[in-house]
Amino acid sequence: MIQARDLFKSFGPRVALAGVNISVETGEFVTLVGPNGAGKTTLLRILATLTRPTSGAVQIAGLDPARAGSEARRRIGFLSHQTLLYDDLSAEQNLRFYARMYDLDAAAARVDDLLERVGLAARREDLVRTLSRGMHQRLALARSVLHRPQVLLLDEPYTGLDPQAAQALTDLLVELVGEGGTILLTTHNLERGLALGRRVVMLARGRVVCDKPRDSIDPATFGEAYQALATK
Amino acid sequence: MRFFLKVWAILVKDMAAELHTREMISAMLVFSILALLIFSFALDLRGATARAAAPGVLWATVAFAGTLGLSRSLAREQQAGCMDGLLLAPVDRSAIFFGKALGNAILMGLVEVVLLPLFSALFGVPLLRPGVLLVTALGTLGYAAVGTLLAAIAVNTRAREVMLPIMLLPLAIPALIASVRATGVLVEGGALGYAMGWVRLLVVYDLVIVAVALLTFGYVLEE
Repeated sequence: MIQARDLFKSFGPRVALAGVNISVETGEFVTLVGPNGAGKTTLLRILATLTRPTSGAVQIAGLDPARAGSEARRRIGFLSHQTLLYDDLSAEQNLRFYARMYDLDAAAARVDDLLERVGLAARREDLVRTLSRGMHQRLALARSVLHRPQVLLLDEPYTGLDPQAAQALTDLLVELVGEGGTILLTTHNLERGLALGRRVVMLARGRVVCDKPRDSIDPATFGEAYQALATK
Repeated sequence: MRFFLKVWAILVKDMAAELHTREMISAMLVFSILALLIFSFALDLRGATARAAAPGVLWATVAFAGTLGLSRSLAREQQAGCMDGLLLAPVDRSAIFFGKALGNAILMGLVEVVLLPLFSALFGVPLLRPGVLLVTALGTLGYAAVGTLLAAIAVNTRAREVMLPIMLLPLAIPALIASVRATGVLVEGGALGYAMGWVRLLVVYDLVIVAVALLTFGYVLEE
């Protein structure tokens, strides 16, 4: 479902990705860990078609984003540090707008359902700038799954979430995987990363340094290796 | 059909956000009225002086007020990464351009709805004529189009408030000159036919700018 081959990305003299190879099968939940500056966000942004690689090939849901960008984007959901929500629109207006951007049928019902599930039905008419940080992230989560994406890319999605919101996120992710969705999630939180993903990939200085099934990982050893990379 | 629905959705989204805050329209209106007052004191706009100076005063005011709105329009998309939200969606990049440009043109139009009657009433200059309104519409569309394209470039720079007028005003000169000249002919009582050369220039300018924007807007938006 996600294939990245020999991905390089540089921003001027700075190399963010130095030959990343990663693949995620349909229905797989992969956690991507790595210290700050490892290239996690850059990799996710390339997979989300928000930025082009300097070289290398990407396939999302069987499509090459460089050739079939629109169709590929229809199948991708993305949740990052930024909420991608308009502060001057209400929660409902934001979701209805994105529903139109994704050509959703029965948009009103879908918006109502998601607002209920993320616990924001009572605040649907409130402007986003009046909502708390946790509510922002819950609404952003609703936005990212609004169009029922086949692939969900999440960049540190638990940052700033209250326990209720974190549980809502976990529940939605479990449900998505149950429906055959494919998830790639980045996190600094090793414990959570090991708990969520069935496979764990570690990125460091723009390279994949470890790619293992979760069940074969010893948390203590893995944690030490991660700490060693983070402090280098 | 989907393309036009998305253009419409982007336009409605911008108008809805503006309705909640009114920050762009109020800034543009206040600026326009202040500019009008300053010009009237500086140039003693009466009688023949008013008719001679009106086109330049009008279009200088519209251009600077428009620039205020253009900068804010694209800055709104930078909040919370909203432009990424648009780029993530299966939306033709030209639909984003048309939606934003039309929204900017409408806001400029709303300012002109106040400005033109006010100018006419204060200084006795006949601006509320079909010919003048046509020229105003064409000039506004061209300015909004080129301004939207350049605002999308400027918004990613550190000095975007300064970069936009620096880039926009030179490139908008053909539209501004044509608008001023055409308005001048019409305000002096000339028929639209006498201003057709300038009107044609405006139409060609608008079409060229839209064509350039369609070809380049996608590249401007993407990293």
